[in-house]
Amino acid sequence: MTSKNTDPFPIKQIRSDFPILSEKIYGKPLVYLDNGASTQKPIQVIKAISGVYENKYANVHRGVHYLSQVATDEMEAAREKVRGFINARSEREVIFVRGATEGINLVASSWGKANLTAGDEIILSQMEHHSNIVPWQLIANATGAIIKVIPIDDSGELEMDVFRSLLSEKTKMVAITHVSNALGTIVPLKQMIKESHDTGALVLVDGCQAAPHLQVDVQKLDADFYVFSGHKIYGPSGIGILYGKETLLEAMPPYQGGGDMIDTVSFSGSTWADLPFKFEAGTPNIADAIGMGNAIDYISTLGLPAIIEYENALLSYATEKLQAINSLKIVGNATEKAAIISFVMGDIHPHDIGTILDRQGVAVRTGHHCAQPVMERYDVPATARASFALYNTFEEIDSLAVSLAKVQEIFG
Amino acid sequence: MMAGELNDLYQDIILDHSKNPRNSGYLEGATHSARENNPLCGDRVSVYLTVQNAEITDLTFEARGCAISVASASMMGQMMKGKSVAEAQNLFKQFIALINGSDVAEGVELKDLQSLSGVKQFPTRVKCATLSWHALQHALESGGIESKTS
Ligand SMILES: Cc1ncc(COP(=O)(O)O)c(C=O)c1O
Repeated sequence: MTSKNTDPFPIKQIRSDFPILSEKIYGKPLVYLDNGASTQKPIQVIKAISGVYENKYANVHRGVHYLSQVATDEMEAAREKVRGFINARSEREVIFVRGATEGINLVASSWGKANLTAGDEIILSQMEHHSNIVPWQLIANATGAIIKVIPIDDSGELEMDVFRSLLSEKTKMVAITHVSNALGTIVPLKQMIKESHDTGALVLVDGCQAAPHLQVDVQKLDADFYVFSGHKIYGPSGIGILYGKETLLEAMPPYQGGGDMIDTVSFSGSTWADLPFKFEAGTPNIADAIGMGNAIDYISTLGLPAIIEYENALLSYATEKLQAINSLKIVGNATEKAAIISFVMGDIHPHDIGTILDRQGVAVRTGHHCAQPVMERYDVPATARASFALYNTFEEIDSLAVSLAKVQEIFG
Repeated sequence: MMAGELNDLYQDIILDHSKNPRNSGYLEGATHSARENNPLCGDRVSVYLTVQNAEITDLTFEARGCAISVASASMMGQMMKGKSVAEAQNLFKQFIALINGSDVAEGVELKDLQSLSGVKQFPTRVKCATLSWHALQHALESGGIESKTS
């Protein structure tokens, strides 16, 4: 990524890397502010994926033939990139899954079945995405474990006192998001993990919204499990990561059975392959795993510190711009926030806001963001959400503000 | 300036019904009711009816939703009061046709509801306009006041 731009952050170059950003929507330039739902893909990732199919494709871990080896090497190189991205100790701790949702289901099911019994407690927070709630409800129903919930305060932060009072020797698992997709809140994870460990509980972190916005270091955090999705870090959909500490993964039974996850199979019993393959039954999503590696390359080339600085500037600018709009109320004002702004405008329903913005080319998410407990907490049916990425610009935030003025114009 | 299609969607009459919904609230003594959700956005509407001798003598609704869904419920209520169940079912069909951009049968007077025809240019909003209508349909079909649990 060479850029002659004197701008410290090469935004022009970046924008030209993302072909979709030059699309017109209803004749207007696309202003894509739905990055919390999914990010767009740079040409480097798009080309890498088609490149796999063009000259590197075969099944992995199976053939003695040349292409099988090439595909296997590429996929394992991607795993190594992921390892570096989150600073895992070993590639054995990096499992390719379909996405964060599958990663959480894997842990809830495999770890849960082996470790939870009636009366054990699982602590979640009120700001979890449904994908970090429902898998735990399923395993709680199956084992008799009990779910406890950390509430959110008015500003959008977790009520840490309540968290501490919920922690006990009965707590077996604390499953929390790193960054709230509905509020933008960055959770004080390091502290929470330490306190959980002090009482003997494990911690699973939903890193979906953190991975694109923060420098994630699973060793520094001391997370036991950490999940995230490729499609939210400029990579393809259908691929994601479950990180788990090796000793924990070693002790867990397989989640699914099939090819690639076995050592030997016989009708008198089978033995499992080594990590990470024990948890990768069946032919994996080869091309997208490789593409996710290229997305990580893209982020690394720019450097997360520069991305974070740029996104923080976008967040402050957007916060200021939106706060200046009469009747607009930002939902979620935590001190530590990622570049996500949820808002409501008086009685105007977020759906109507979304439709009016859409016709100006501005894409935002409206609805409950798969976080219905958060909506209940703030007593709103839904919010509108602008979530930013490394390719967004200050001018786009101006467009958002102008479009929001149209909403007011229509609704008077 | 505002795109023409947005003007078609957010007409004054629709905004008026959404801000001042008619027949909003719970109906004491309802003989039929049903609730519908839009799981996509968390909108929900409950429709309450009094049906006597196969005629809808009263109709109210409780809605939590966008301007389109509230306006549609409000206009539906106005339209349906005093109609026979058979007429109501025909109007349901005609309204769905209107929203989907199909032909409305000759001789059917949709009155204010006509203003919702702009929704057809907004496929993501069709569900909003039809939510209360599906609730009405379910209430009539279920023939009782059990709420559709969701
Ligand atoms: C915080 C959070 N957790 C989990 C998910 C689920 O991710 P996926 O659908 O990629 O499995 C999302 C994505 O919407 C999210 O924002």
